[in-house]
Amino acid sequence: MMWWLPAAIVMAVCMLACIARIFIGPGAPTRLVAFDTTNTLVVALLVILALMFNQVVFVDVAIVYAVLSFIMTLYVARFIEGKKF
Amino acid sequence: MRFLVTAIVAYLLYLLLTIGSGTLLLWNAAELIIGAIFALVVAALVKNRYLKRSLRMLNPVRWFIWFIYLFPFLFAMAQANVDVAYRVLTGRINPGIVKISPKLKTDMALTILANSITLTPGTLSINVDEETNDLYVHWINVKPEVLKEMPRDYHPICNSFPDWARRIAG
Amino acid sequence: MGALNIVTYIFIVIGLFFNVVGCIGLNRFPDVYTRLHAATKCTTFGSIFLIMAVIVQSVGIWAMEGALSSQSILSIHAVIALVALLITNATGAHAIARAAHRSGEKPARAVVDDLEGKDIDD
Repeated sequence: MMWWLPAAIVMAVCMLACIARIFIGPGAPTRLVAFDTTNTLVVALLVILALMFNQVVFVDVAIVYAVLSFIMTLYVARFIEGKKF
Repeated sequence: MRFLVTAIVAYLLYLLLTIGSGTLLLWNAAELIIGAIFALVVAALVKNRYLKRSLRMLNPVRWFIWFIYLFPFLFAMAQANVDVAYRVLTGRINPGIVKISPKLKTDMALTILANSITLTPGTLSINVDEETNDLYVHWINVKPEVLKEMPRDYHPICNSFPDWARRIAG
Repeated sequence: MGALNIVTYIFIVIGLFFNVVGCIGLNRFPDVYTRLHAATKCTTFGSIFLIMAVIVQSVGIWAMEGALSSQSILSIHAVIALVALLITNATGAHAIARAAHRSGEKPARAVVDDLEGKDIDD
């Protein structure tokens, strides 16, 4: 058996550390950085899970998640700047 | 022309995403027809945003230079990650924000340079002055000799990436 | 199959190491910009290596099973996910850094700040 399951568990622990940083802060930009990092880790974890369970749909979800999280990062960054959209 | 290029790019992306869905070559007939319709609709909507003024990026020589550029870029990226890992584990940082003037003319070249700077050793692009095309860069380990003169020398900050960006899209 | 497995293991170890370093840096550095350094560079690089491990493995299974394997679709889509991640992460970091500077975050322990006090409109 490959090391996919331990890898997925380590990724989940990393995500918990990032989520802790989202709650601690301080300040909105730091929280946004932590959230962006969590999104990257989620994409990598979804691709790993796709191979573990042999489901191609997971990779499609990962692609859409990457693009949508990028758009969300841009919008929240605009919001932090305090500009109109 | 712009409409046609945008439609073709969108259609190729759609075909790449639905590869292996049928027996007509690699796709089935419904996917091919729906993809063509969507590509035309998308191209009609975004053609003025996707290609601003010129079609100079269609030149295959520029793609070839971009492909060669990938090798020093990937090497610098690996170097960057080892460097950041070292700074994370030891905590030795000396940060600052510096201004560089790479004298690039097109938006595409500036985009390539900013993304390269973000992914390579110790630097992160923060802001761009759109009138003079100056970049403001956050540098995690400022070398004191760069701070002496005011138009900063960009070679210690980002190697020769501005020259590469000028060759690809300048 | 043996060589492919070894390559996959190496890629997994490198990817996990850089992801863990990125998370430690996110929790250890003093301000937004240095945290962005750790988070963007390390997690992008680590995720690239993890996805490349998946691609190597699924291409190996594809070569073993023949042309009509579901692994072919998986590996091609994983390449698309890799490219999407590479392009979007750097640009997202750029947007966050600019927003942080506009909202008045000062770089901690900075020795020089050329952007101090300037407000560039676009």
